[in-house]
Amino acid sequence: MSTNVAGVLAVALLVAVLCVGYRPLGDHMYRVYTDRRHLRVERVIYRLTGVNPDAGQRWGVYARSVLAFSLVSVLLLYLLERVQAHLPGSLGFGGVAPPLAWNTAVSFMTNTNWQAYSGESTMGHLVQMAGLAVQNFVSAAVGISVAIAVVRGLAHRRAPVAAGAGSRDNALDAGEELGNFWVDLTRTVVRLLLPICVLATLVLIAGGAIQNLHGDRLVDTLTGGHQAITGGPVASQEAIKEFGTNGGGFYNVNSAHPFENPTSWTNLFEIYLLLALPFSLPRTFGRMVGDRRQGLVIVSVMAVLAIGSLTAGAAFQAVHHGTVPTAVGAATEGTETRFGVPNSSLFATATTLTSTGAVNSFHDSYTSLGGATLLFNMMLGEIAPGGTGSGLYGMLVLAVITVFVAGLMIGRTPEYLGKRIGSREIRFAAMYFLITPAIALLGTGIAMGLPGERASMLNSGAHGLSEVLYAFTSAANNNGSAFAGISVNTTWYNTALGLAMLLGRLLPMLFVLAMAGSFARQQPLPATAGTLPTHRPQFAGMLAGTAVILVALTFFPALALGPLAEGIHA
Amino acid sequence: MFARLPGWARSHLAALRILLVFTVVCGLAYPLALLAVAQLPGLHDRADGSLVTDTRGRTVGSALIGQSFTDGDGNPIPRYFQSRPSAAGDGYDPTSTSASNLGPEDVVDTFDDPATRDTDETRQSLLTQVCARSHDIGAFDGVDGRRPYCTAGGVGAVLAVYHAGPGYTGPITRVISVDELCPAKPFLTTYDGVTVSCRTLGDDVAAGRQVLVRGDAPARPAVPADAVTASGSGLDPQISTAYADLQIARVARTRGLPAARVRSLVAAHTTGRALGFLGEPAVNVLNLNRALDALTPARQ
Repeated sequence: MSTNVAGVLAVALLVAVLCVGYRPLGDHMYRVYTDRRHLRVERVIYRLTGVNPDAGQRWGVYARSVLAFSLVSVLLLYLLERVQAHLPGSLGFGGVAPPLAWNTAVSFMTNTNWQAYSGESTMGHLVQMAGLAVQNFVSAAVGISVAIAVVRGLAHRRAPVAAGAGSRDNALDAGEELGNFWVDLTRTVVRLLLPICVLATLVLIAGGAIQNLHGDRLVDTLTGGHQAITGGPVASQEAIKEFGTNGGGFYNVNSAHPFENPTSWTNLFEIYLLLALPFSLPRTFGRMVGDRRQGLVIVSVMAVLAIGSLTAGAAFQAVHHGTVPTAVGAATEGTETRFGVPNSSLFATATTLTSTGAVNSFHDSYTSLGGATLLFNMMLGEIAPGGTGSGLYGMLVLAVITVFVAGLMIGRTPEYLGKRIGSREIRFAAMYFLITPAIALLGTGIAMGLPGERASMLNSGAHGLSEVLYAFTSAANNNGSAFAGISVNTTWYNTALGLAMLLGRLLPMLFVLAMAGSFARQQPLPATAGTLPTHRPQFAGMLAGTAVILVALTFFPALALGPLAEGIHA
Repeated sequence: MFARLPGWARSHLAALRILLVFTVVCGLAYPLALLAVAQLPGLHDRADGSLVTDTRGRTVGSALIGQSFTDGDGNPIPRYFQSRPSAAGDGYDPTSTSASNLGPEDVVDTFDDPATRDTDETRQSLLTQVCARSHDIGAFDGVDGRRPYCTAGGVGAVLAVYHAGPGYTGPITRVISVDELCPAKPFLTTYDGVTVSCRTLGDDVAAGRQVLVRGDAPARPAVPADAVTASGSGLDPQISTAYADLQIARVARTRGLPAARVRSLVAAHTTGRALGFLGEPAVNVLNLNRALDALTPARQ
């Protein structure tokens, strides 16, 4: 079987598994977030933390809870890293330097998992387990919680369409409230992330991923040399790293490391894990707004964008244009033998489309146009399918913008799911859309204007610009993957990229919660002949078009100077 | 008892307490419980790192982590199958995992300037690294080591072409082979009628027009792609079946084994595609070399 045929079959299997999982996973999440009862273990957690699980929160309170949780998360993780030398299981590593500790704390809190450090030579087992991996869980849970709150704002007070399909008007849904952040957070961890991660960890261990607490074990190799075999609780961290679309590797080389991703089938399993939640959330959305077709439209737009991007990216890698790939005869630089080029492209596309940022091959060495495709994926704003939760709310903001633009064209008051899109709502949507490109482009511009920061590039010329542009795009979009040649463990980059991650995470969350808050206040309008139907393929096409056109207009100049210039030059 | 606190303080207190609860649940209970499960027979060896031993029962590494099969000077040992190039530390160092992270158009070498005595600025471009590896493996295994855009000497075939006018217009005034430091003899004598010179340290090669010379190497070189490129992890335990096939004759000869015997060992250590279509077929180098040592032990 040829390499390319095998690559296509791998994609087909992945798509099939995602389709099979769409309903059960989406329905499970629907039940989790609409259930009126609390599990016993959840009651214990609420009692320990002193929150009233039955109190609803308006958008302001919900947002304040998110911010409080984020602040405390950064502080605790920063503290853990700083005092590492005094913790058990530190493997002899000292405290992490302040700029790097700040960068890493923000990085994991924001679900970015940008890594300016090398795991095996910086972080001890306890910081990895009780610091970084905990944020892997809760940052994913925060993203999903915010997405669910936004959906509640849109779904508010809608009459059930069919028995069992409507949102049950439970205590959490009353008034202008968007739910309770602490309840959403707890349920996401307890009912969704933990159970599936336990299973996934066992699967990964069966494949060869390690789960131990050893330090470096020195062995004499076959030829009499020395090698240190590293240890660690890797499999348990790997599971949530992918399933929570986090991406922070236990080791520097992330999922390319044989202890994180030992075989070609664990590779596909990890790709499935990182796509599973973002691709299933539209089902949850559809059920919560009482019209499953709305969810199908969202997921189909995600799928079309993803398959388009995958086709382009994988084709560039397979054709291996450019000087070095031509000299080599394949785009194998930075890829592992067991994965091969097609399954490496597949992982790279999935990770950049989902804000995961884990890598199983090194994007810096991709062909220039293959690398440009990965950059474009992140520039899409992590919506196809995006990160856990953030992908769904990003897509909903784009849907609001699309309805608004379409409303202007046909001269009617735009409305989405029965909610009128007034100036307040569209202002929040526009700010949501603009903030990330603004951070990415301004950051790149400033870095290129500073001689010392320019010198951090490993490669010169157009490829060097791509490295810096990739770094800021990755940070602002909370992706976390890198054109890893650039030396970013400097005070300036740690600080600047930390700020980009922080603002790129929290500001969009605030804007989208504010938008949801104002939707929640509205009584839904009845659909009329003038209402733009948002459950048909026509709307899916408009939504996909809006996404691509907005991104192209925003980022084309920067792309032209970086990877496109390099690709044409070659 | 915290009811009298203002709202913002209560949120932060709740946040801290819930985060501490999750730190215990997700940060300790979850990994440690799985650690306990991983002690079950069948899982334990894998969770422990898939360690392997040599014929004397000594642990020599992990089946999942590649090794260098070179002597103390870094030269390949002919009796062993060779792994891929590695960018992890000095090669296959698990405490310093890395890819090369060099881009597809990285073709210009940087040479050491003796004027700055304390630092060594030498950096081979990715193209030169690929060319040099191909050249060396070709010589080591007795096959054609030529590749497109590589010189016969195993560096990048890259010219800087200088024109009289601005914007690369006007007659050509000078041509430099940028990856060949003087006194090397350039791979090309003339370009467009102008004599090609070797590169000196003072040359500003970025000012010239970059011209890549494809050469007459076959489009499908004899040395396989994985043999000349560094892996993502720097710890790749495997090589392609093509690279293993290339090495069979040399290993069989140095060990005094029939090639067919070595070939069957290679086949025994080849992992096919999972489910028939996931990933690529690959040969585990450490396990293969262990099997060879069991057959023909090294003379101590």
